[in-house]
Amino acid sequence: MSHVSSSPKVRGGRKAAAGNVGRPPVAWALPGILFFALFAIVPLAIAVYLSFCHWDGLNSPTSVGTANWTRLFKDPEFRQAAWLSLLLTTISWVFQTPVALLLGVWAAGRQRSRAALSAIFFIPLLLSTTAIAMLFHALLDPNFGVIKKIGPWFGIDPNIMGSSTGALLTVAFVGGWQFMPFHTLIYQGGTRQIPQVLYQAAEIDGAGMFRQFFHITLPQLRNTITTSSVLMIVGSLTYFDTVLIMTKGGPGTDTTVLPYLMYRTGFQTYDLGYAAAIATALVVVATALSLVLVRFSGFGNMRSTREGM
Amino acid sequence: MRSGIFTQGKRAARWTAAGAAMVMAGVLTGCGSDGGSGGGGGGTLTAYVYGDDAVKVQQAAVKEFNKTSDVKVKLVSVPGTEYVNKLRSAMGSPSAPDIFFNWGGGSIKPYVDANQLVDLTSTFKNDATLKEGFLPSIVTAGSLDGKVYGVPMRGMQPVMLFYNKTLFAQNDVQVPKTWEDLQKAIKTFKGKGITPFALGGSDKWPELMWMEYLLDRIGGPDVFRKIQNGDNSAWGDPAVLKTAQTVKQLVDDGAFGKNFNSVDYGNGGAPTLLNKGKAAMHLMGSWEYSTQLGKAPDFAKKDLGWTNFPTVAGGVGDPADVVGNPTNYWSVNARTKHKDAAIAFLKTMASKSYAQALVDNGDVPTTSNAASMLSGSPNPKFATDQYEMVQKAPSFTLSWDQALVSQTATPLLTEISKLFAGKSTPEQFVAAMKAVK
Repeated sequence: MSHVSSSPKVRGGRKAAAGNVGRPPVAWALPGILFFALFAIVPLAIAVYLSFCHWDGLNSPTSVGTANWTRLFKDPEFRQAAWLSLLLTTISWVFQTPVALLLGVWAAGRQRSRAALSAIFFIPLLLSTTAIAMLFHALLDPNFGVIKKIGPWFGIDPNIMGSSTGALLTVAFVGGWQFMPFHTLIYQGGTRQIPQVLYQAAEIDGAGMFRQFFHITLPQLRNTITTSSVLMIVGSLTYFDTVLIMTKGGPGTDTTVLPYLMYRTGFQTYDLGYAAAIATALVVVATALSLVLVRFSGFGNMRSTREGM
Repeated sequence: MRSGIFTQGKRAARWTAAGAAMVMAGVLTGCGSDGGSGGGGGGTLTAYVYGDDAVKVQQAAVKEFNKTSDVKVKLVSVPGTEYVNKLRSAMGSPSAPDIFFNWGGGSIKPYVDANQLVDLTSTFKNDATLKEGFLPSIVTAGSLDGKVYGVPMRGMQPVMLFYNKTLFAQNDVQVPKTWEDLQKAIKTFKGKGITPFALGGSDKWPELMWMEYLLDRIGGPDVFRKIQNGDNSAWGDPAVLKTAQTVKQLVDDGAFGKNFNSVDYGNGGAPTLLNKGKAAMHLMGSWEYSTQLGKAPDFAKKDLGWTNFPTVAGGVGDPADVVGNPTNYWSVNARTKHKDAAIAFLKTMASKSYAQALVDNGDVPTTSNAASMLSGSPNPKFATDQYEMVQKAPSFTLSWDQALVSQTATPLLTEISKLFAGKSTPEQFVAAMKAVK
């Protein structure tokens, strides 16, 4: 991932203080920190507060102690939603990572027509999620959609959105289709940063394309994989729009993932206290998952992938 | 997983987790504060209305009213899918509308409980225009605990059984009047590879209509009335179980075809099944007529038939009973600074010119003077049938999702969806509804 960090030394011609290696003072981060506090920390604090309240959005919130939280741990719907969210996240990761990685490595090359094809691959990311969801919804209409004609060729029941497994897989597929270009881009950038000397040395040593990929490209992309995975996992955990438009959590509750359950509880049932508890649980799970990922992948230490060079 | 991720640098990756989840959390606390400036100075009345095709009738009424009134009405048309949420957020904020569109019943109960609405009971009693202007059953249907909070402002929307006339003629099937007729029709159509009933199951609420009519025909309107009045144990009434069992039977018999779960109403799935001759019947609100008129005008004019929901064997409900949305109402925010002007505006809803505008739009007004105007409707036969159906109905049950408060209505839609999808049994449905608090 190319990180354009033009140092102020070069740009403004200002001399940075000695010992402060071209890095701007902390004060520069102030607008960002304020913005983050106002739009992320404060709402989060309020959500945590609300998770201990009963609130219908009209009257003032009233404290109910830990009632929402005890309900959360006993609620079969929450358990199902948490399981579905995990499932969706896993499927999304398994589906997106290999494809995006290979596409990204390919796109980092210098082949003919690479630029044109890359531009085409990028298109899904430019479309709005709503438009994509409605598009697929129309394609998958069991009576009039393309699936009616094409599905049977591959042994797919046109009623794919009507089956529990089919609906969940479709949601994962549509999300993957949309966000794969983004991850491809990350991998493309990551691959481009791998020094050519490594490949040249490998070639001299007689390593073929596959050995080069598994012994140079893949290890060098370690941090990129972590970045992409964290974004993917957090993205999948909070994936909501497609569910709302394509399945509305159904059939039954079989695609009611955590964010959708939160939405339903908060904005259809108007049980905003309980919805806040679900939201807080989601924050905790997502944060924990990404911390674990960052810690165990060695990404947190920010060790350079170019050690020993 | 939106554009937010693009603003995150590599270094911030570890914060992305918290960040993304917080956006979700942030959504929770963000009370919508846009929209009309509620009751502010300068003599403006903000009115929220459900933004669909019928808005033009209200727009014309507002324009007319503003010509003579000092206090001007400002109409805010909120797109349909956003309406309920936006209203809810606005009513909890300082910038609430002065007047707003609603469905009566449970849709206004939270506001009534929070003392946010003007009680219009005495206004109705003392004002001849309002008192005699509307069909009494319609005013009653929108009231809560015997108090009137709303003035009818749009057409009636009873749920009717629509059918494809050509298919019935081709296959020599009678339009069902009884349950036996219905079962015969199901069998015949199924045999010919035609789906007996189109059903937009992925939208959930079309399934609700089946429950509403079945419960009425099986147990009469009182069963749901008890539920509506907050008696949750009434879900345990044997008629509810029988209703759920009948639904299961219909699903198992293939009355809705195999893939109704992934068919929707909103994007035109179910109506298209009917007008393409792939399904024979469609239980739907009276707006189905204008939907078909928009999608397949020839079909709507020639081949679209409509009738009452049939009787159910052994049921005690009156076959003339109707379910659906009696109409929509305007309610007045108790915090408004221009209550008199608001009521003056609401009175124009009873006027002949307003009713005429509704009729011209293809709607059937709920005003008492409507009957004579219907001959001028774009489709006089449909309008008259509809008006008579409602006028003759001993009971008009408000759609359950509007009659119940959202705390019950949302789980209800989920449970019904599970029942239709075969994810829960009729017994589980009853148990789940009894447990809703």
